[in-house]
Amino acid sequence: MCLSIPSKVVKIDKEKNVATVDTMGVTREAGLELMQEDEVKIGDYVLLHIGFIMNKIDEVDALESLKVYQEILEKLDEEERRQLVEDDDNCANRGA
Amino acid sequence: MAHLELKDLYDGFRDPKIIEGFAKLIKEEAKKLPKPINIMEVCGGHTHSIMKFGLPQLLPANVNFIHGPGCPVCVMPKERIDHAYILSLQEGVILVTLGDMIKVPGSKGSLQDARAKGADVRFVYSPLDTLKIAEENPEKKVIFFAIGFETTTPMTASLIDIVLKRKIPNIFFHMNHVTVPEVMVELIDSRDEHVDSYNNQIDAFLGPSHVSVITGSKIYEQFPKKYNRPVVVAGFEPVDVMEGIYMIVKQFTENRCELEIEYKRSVSREGNKKAQALIEEYFEKADLFKWRGLGNVPDSGYKLKDEFSAIDAEKIYKDVLPIEEIEDHKLCICGDILRGMAKPDECTIFGTACKPSSPLGSCMVSSEGACAAYYKYGNLL
Ligand code: SF4
Repeated sequence: MCLSIPSKVVKIDKEKNVATVDTMGVTREAGLELMQEDEVKIGDYVLLHIGFIMNKIDEVDALESLKVYQEILEKLDEEERRQLVEDDDNCANRGA
Repeated sequence: MAHLELKDLYDGFRDPKIIEGFAKLIKEEAKKLPKPINIMEVCGGHTHSIMKFGLPQLLPANVNFIHGPGCPVCVMPKERIDHAYILSLQEGVILVTLGDMIKVPGSKGSLQDARAKGADVRFVYSPLDTLKIAEENPEKKVIFFAIGFETTTPMTASLIDIVLKRKIPNIFFHMNHVTVPEVMVELIDSRDEHVDSYNNQIDAFLGPSHVSVITGSKIYEQFPKKYNRPVVVAGFEPVDVMEGIYMIVKQFTENRCELEIEYKRSVSREGNKKAQALIEEYFEKADLFKWRGLGNVPDSGYKLKDEFSAIDAEKIYKDVLPIEEIEDHKLCICGDILRGMAKPDECTIFGTACKPSSPLGSCMVSSEGACAAYYKYGNLL
């Protein structure tokens, strides 16, 4: 019941207090009742829950996480490469 | 600043390479653990991700998951489902609730069964859909059977807000909203003297994602402080879960016991204040809420404030709604499973008398429950 995919705000209808959002290509409407006035803008990323916008996703934090993940991958890759070289250096069958 | 695309938010947190990367980090770090640790994921959304992406297989033998109370529907006791069932069969009533409730059996049957008996039960995607139903059926009493953790409570409050402000005369509410921190306390420090919860096996908690979006992380501050249990609030995506686990393992190896947020892109300490204000305006804590499988948990449910009795279906229909307690199935060991003291396949009726198509206990009710997950994914856990 809780899973929700991030969506992007594409339109805001202030009168009806609803936003139109794009969720992986599917467009739908969501209530703005739980958001402060003018908190949500077009282009913002949000999470939806049972027909309401529940929050705004912090872009800076999201990018920061993704960056950290890339660094982790690079570090692991590097370690793996180093391990390969080391294994090669220590190969017991060098004379073979 | 780099630009964030919608697909980054989706793919970036599901990337198998990153999941594997975290698996390696966790394995390395877990070598330093003095003893195995059991991490409870409190929320069914996490259970779902953990099972769907096969995360238990990626973890070393000394890091285990304990599946928590799961979803609001799983923990709904038969008494409350019976209320929904009875209300739906009252003259002139349309019962509206979220789709999750369709199959959950009470002592008389499920809402699907009530429907077969002629009741007008509507399963909606959003509480707001109730407005249209009420408008199209002015001669009917439309009762919204409200369910959910803190995530969905403000949506019910919001519907109430609209109903009262627009003076809609034919929408009423039956409240079944439950709260997470109280049940976490119950699992590690039961105030029920019949339950030896001190024997529980929960070493740390993976804090819920969307509950925390609403409440903020502040509701978990008591756990590291008072109960010596670390909490990491993590998102639902598999990468989030793995990073959350890594953060927990690191707390143990570095001898820390803290509240941390992995899911920073959506969770702050304070949470959604407008949602919290709406909850406070209309609801107050009930002294007790009975959780299926766990029994009465103090302060773990919301009820409508007295001043809103005019829309409180539980009060309006009190003459037909029973208050007697119904026992959980005698052989069901859900309570022990939730405390990490038993695994589903240790239940003598697991997979035989109790299965997803005919659940006898809370853990089998929805796909997010531990027994249902075990049933579906076999011995992956
Ligand atoms: S298999 Fe069914 S009866 Fe047994 S513990 Fe699980 S939910 Fe309860």
